[in-house]
Amino acid sequence: MIYADNAATTKMCPAAIQAMTACMEQNYGNPSSLYSFGQQAREALDDARGRIAARLGCTPREITFTSGGSEADNQAIFSAAKLGEKKGKKHIISTAFEHHAVLHTLERLQKQGFEITLLDVHENGIVTAQQVRDAIREDTCLVTIMFANNEIGTIQPIAEIGAVCREKGVLFHTDAVQAIGHVKVNVAEQNIDMLSLSAHKFRGPKGIGVLYAKRGILLDNLINGGAQERGKRAGTENLPAIVGMAAALEQAVASIDEYTARLTPLRDKLIAGLEQIPYSQLNGDRDTRLPGTVNFCFEGIEGEALLLLLDDKGICASSGSACTSGSLDPSHVLLAIGRPHEVAHGSLRLSLGDDVTEADIDYLIQSVSEVVSYLRSISPFWRDLQTGKRPHVFAK
Amino acid sequence: MALYSEKVMDHFRNPRNVGVIENPDGVGEVGNPVCGDIMKIYLKIENDIITDVKFETFGCGSAIASSSMATEMIKGKPISEALQVTNKAVTEALDGLPPHKLHCSVLAEEAIKKALKDYYDRHGIDYDHSLFPDCESCGHCHGE
Repeated sequence: MIYADNAATTKMCPAAIQAMTACMEQNYGNPSSLYSFGQQAREALDDARGRIAARLGCTPREITFTSGGSEADNQAIFSAAKLGEKKGKKHIISTAFEHHAVLHTLERLQKQGFEITLLDVHENGIVTAQQVRDAIREDTCLVTIMFANNEIGTIQPIAEIGAVCREKGVLFHTDAVQAIGHVKVNVAEQNIDMLSLSAHKFRGPKGIGVLYAKRGILLDNLINGGAQERGKRAGTENLPAIVGMAAALEQAVASIDEYTARLTPLRDKLIAGLEQIPYSQLNGDRDTRLPGTVNFCFEGIEGEALLLLLDDKGICASSGSACTSGSLDPSHVLLAIGRPHEVAHGSLRLSLGDDVTEADIDYLIQSVSEVVSYLRSISPFWRDLQTGKRPHVFAK
Repeated sequence: MALYSEKVMDHFRNPRNVGVIENPDGVGEVGNPVCGDIMKIYLKIENDIITDVKFETFGCGSAIASSSMATEMIKGKPISEALQVTNKAVTEALDGLPPHKLHCSVLAEEAIKKALKDYYDRHGIDYDHSLFPDCESCGHCHGE
């Protein structure tokens, strides 16, 4: 099996599993308990928090543990909105291709009277700092822009956007779920006020994440109860997951140069190979993208059928077709970069893991080519494209 | 549980009657590329019997499986029987479809009916127009 869906989730690294197992076996106390066994758990919690903070470039007290990226996005955005509302600022800037954890949260705020500006992400899938500058108004309380897109993998100019927000005195949040552990992230150097991350995207456990919020930003609780996480996120800490996340993050950050150097040429080989398929198109900028993420549209076929046949060949991948999204419309990300519906249905995302080999890349290229060619052979839409009854979208 | 029944996967992986009929007696195409599925059914008819049927489908696994099953259900059958094939019958023959995939079986029923209507139209045969509701009336595409 070739697992090429690492943007969905990753295989846990042995260091994380080991840290978690040891914690569950030996350190099962409650960090809030007074006795020394509880305080031993407290020490592990503090230790993990400190190690994670060091990798992000912030202080431990700026880290709040959450159940994952979605919760962190929700809390960041609702908190910034509440702070803005107190000052009469009810305008938020974001982009058209954010994760639904951001977009649906913004939709809720819109119903509560907030005005939302969604910036165009262009055909290359990259928003500019100038667009952010032009969109900021007197009443803007938050800019929230993802670090790297989850479907097409394009990386945004986060440090520049952060600098504009600092200059204008507007809070800046980034959903960095796809970026952490895959590209270099430092909240201090990149002018980030708030950041969301999720451990299972960098070979840590599922169900655990972090909201970084710069000191001085008052967080609003989503979950009320006990005084954990400085009273900002109630509930007994998921200590095994937290120590697993810390171990995974340390390993990912330590090996990031090696990872990038190894994956980038393999990714580019995959792109070059898939481009040989007639009437195909890479989605998103060719270079400013995550080292492991490749997304293509193929004319004349539908993505779910493609995934099922790739599955038969032992390949795990994903698609932005309507049939896989469970709605009538294909991926909002592909629509945001200007792909028409009919080709957005024929999309494929391959997100490589750090153990991928050159032989795997050859197999991926060959398998995708075969399946696309077969599905086209039974597609009346493809026949119409070939006979000129319908126009092609892409060049041959 | 898997997304699809074994029957669906069998018809998806090994679709029956795939292809084109040259000089067909009737052709029916339904769906559109914007929605992400198009089915096209070709018929050869002799003495009111469907002697041959082929299909081409652009769409998801259940769309391909529904087309395949629908062609199996009408091959060698009189027109009167083919007109009785409902989306429900196609779904049942496939041992069920997930709720959000039921429209695939609707497309299959419509494609058959459209091809039969085309046969009548091409050959100047009079027919009961109430048997052939518009494709647009199903509301699958854009109507919702």
